[in-house]
Amino acid sequence: MSKRIETTDLNVYYGSFRAVEDVTITIEPRTVTAFIGPSGCGKSTFLRTLNRMHEVIPGARVEGEVLLDGENLYGNGVDPVRVRRQVGMVFQRPNPFPTMSIRENVLAGITLNFSRMPKSEQDDLVERSLRNANLWEEVKNRLSLPGSGLSGGQQQRLCIARAIAMAPDVLLMDEPCSALDPISTLAIEDLIGELKENYTIVIVTHNMQQAARVSDVTAFFNIAGTGSPGRLIESGPTDKIFSAPDVRATEDYISGRFG
Amino acid sequence: MATLSPTLASGDLTSGRLPKFTVPVAIVASLALGYVLASVLGGGNLALATLLAFVIYLVGIEIAARIVEGARQASDHRARNLIVGAFVLALVPLGSVSWEAISKGLARFDATYFSNSMRNVVGEGGGAAHAIYGTLWVTGMASLISVPIGLMTAIYLAEYGGRNRLSKAITFFVDVMTGVPSIVAGLFAYALMSLVFGPGTKNGFSGAIALSVLMIPVVVRSCEELLRLVPNELREASYALGVPKWVTIVRVVIPTAVSGLVSGIILAVARVIGETAPLLIAAGFTASVNNNLFANPMMTLPVFVYDSYAHPGTDIQAYTDRAWAGALTLILIVMVLNLVGRLIARRFAPKTGR
Repeated sequence: MSKRIETTDLNVYYGSFRAVEDVTITIEPRTVTAFIGPSGCGKSTFLRTLNRMHEVIPGARVEGEVLLDGENLYGNGVDPVRVRRQVGMVFQRPNPFPTMSIRENVLAGITLNFSRMPKSEQDDLVERSLRNANLWEEVKNRLSLPGSGLSGGQQQRLCIARAIAMAPDVLLMDEPCSALDPISTLAIEDLIGELKENYTIVIVTHNMQQAARVSDVTAFFNIAGTGSPGRLIESGPTDKIFSAPDVRATEDYISGRFG
Repeated sequence: MATLSPTLASGDLTSGRLPKFTVPVAIVASLALGYVLASVLGGGNLALATLLAFVIYLVGIEIAARIVEGARQASDHRARNLIVGAFVLALVPLGSVSWEAISKGLARFDATYFSNSMRNVVGEGGGAAHAIYGTLWVTGMASLISVPIGLMTAIYLAEYGGRNRLSKAITFFVDVMTGVPSIVAGLFAYALMSLVFGPGTKNGFSGAIALSVLMIPVVVRSCEELLRLVPNELREASYALGVPKWVTIVRVVIPTAVSGLVSGIILAVARVIGETAPLLIAAGFTASVNNNLFANPMMTLPVFVYDSYAHPGTDIQAYTDRAWAGALTLILIVMVLNLVGRLIARRFAPKTGR
C-alpha cells in the first residue's frame, strides 16, 4: 500500500522561471511528512510535482527524478494519469464535484475511470471511505444529497474520502485545513494520524503548530528573495527541527523571527 | 473635547424620510400633470404625455428628496428612477410585439392552419403546415451541424488551445464570422450547393448550411465563455483522481456547465430560427409540404410570413392573417424551445440544496 518517495536534484520551472531548485529528499512510507516555509517558497509547487499535477499548468516543467519505490515518475513512457491513480491529492480549498451527490463524489474516482463495480461493493467502499474520513456518521442518512450542501469542513473530509477511495499509495495534502475552523481542523488532524497507518502522507502547511502536532518528519523550505527559486533548507524528525534545527534560518522561521 | 466633525454632531444617525405614500402619489400626480401638459402642447400625444410625466416625476422626487432626505438619498432616487425608466422603456417594444402578434395572429390560429399547406390555395383557408415542418427541418439540421462543431471548437479553445496561435486565429475568425451579414451566409450556401449539385439548387439542406454559418460563431462564443467559468479546482480534483483529460471534460466540466451550455445553444437557435434572407435564397419558396431536406425547395416560417405579406393573392386580408399567425407560431416555437432548454438545464444543473 504505502510507498517511499525519493527525489534527487529536482528543479521545477514555470516557463523560464525556476520556482524550486535542487530538492533532494526522501519521504518514508507510513509517516507524515510536513512541508513548512514562508509563502511563495515552492512547497506547494514541489508537492504538485510528486503526482505530476504540476504539468497541468501551461509552461510548467520539471527536471530531475522523483522515485516512487524506485520507479521514476518522470521516466520515459510514464503515464501521468496512472501516477495520479497511485498518488492521491487533497487541495487547499474543498472541491467536491457540484453535479454529484455525496455518494457519487466518493465513487468519482471509480466511475469517472469507467471501472465496473457491483453495487454492494460500491456501498462497502462508500461506507469504508467515509468512515476512514470520519464523515460517515454525519452523512450516512443523506448520501444522495449534493456534496456541495455540506459545511466547509465536511466538504474537505468528503474530498479526503474521495481521494482514499482510490486506495492510493501516497496522499498529498496541500494546506488542507487553511480554509477550516479549529474544530474541523482537529477532525482532519486526527484523521491524518489514523491514515498514516496505511498511507504515506505529505502535508503542506502554513501552521507550524499543525506541523508539530501531526508530522513525524518536517522539511523547511525557504526562498532567498523574490525572483529567486525556493530551496529545501533542511529536513529531519519533527522533534529535532522544532527543538534543535541545524540551520539558523529554520530556527528563525520556527521561532517567528521572520515569515 | 472638540468635535471632530462639525457637520455631524454626535448621535446624529437619523435623517428625514419621505413618507411611504410619496412614490405612488408622485407617480399618479406626475402622470396626471403630464397628460394635462401634453394635451395643451401636443393635442394629447400619449408618448409625449408619458415622457413629460417621467421628467416631472424625476424632478419632483429629486427636489422632495433633496429637501427632506439629503443629497445622497436624492441621487439614490435619481439613479433608481432612471434605471426603472430604462427598464420600462425596454419592455415597451416587447409588450407591443407580443400584443400585436397575439391579437392579430389569433385570427388564423386554428386547426386548419397547422394541418394544411398553401397548396392550391389562393384566397381564404390554407395554412402554414409546410412552413412549420420546413422551419423545424431546416433549424433542426442547422443545429445538428452547428452544435457539435461549435461545442467542440469551444472545448478546444477553452480546454486545449490555451493562448497558442491556432486558438488565437480561431477566435479571430469566429469573431469575423459573427459579423457576416445573414444574406451573405445565404449566398454562400446557395453558391456551395450550385457548385456541388449544379446551378439553381435550392433545398432545405442548403438553408441549414446557411443557418449554420450564422449559428456556429454564436455557439462557439457562448460555450467557450461558459466552459471558462468552470472552476479550475474541479478539473484538478478530477486529474488528481487519475482521470484522463478527455473524461474530465466530458464528465466533470461539461456537466458542471451544462445549464449554461443549453441556454447558450437555445439562444443560438432562437437567433437563427427567425432568419429570412438566407433562407429566401438558399431554401426557396414552395406552397407544398416537403419533408425531404435534400430535394426541392422548402418553405420556412419567416419566409412564409414575408411571402404572405409581400405577395398576397386575391384575398389580402386572408394573407395578412396568415402572416400574423405565422409570426405568432414562430414566437411560440422559440418559447417552447426556451422552456425545454430550461427543463434540461434544471435536470442536469449542479445541485446546490442543503
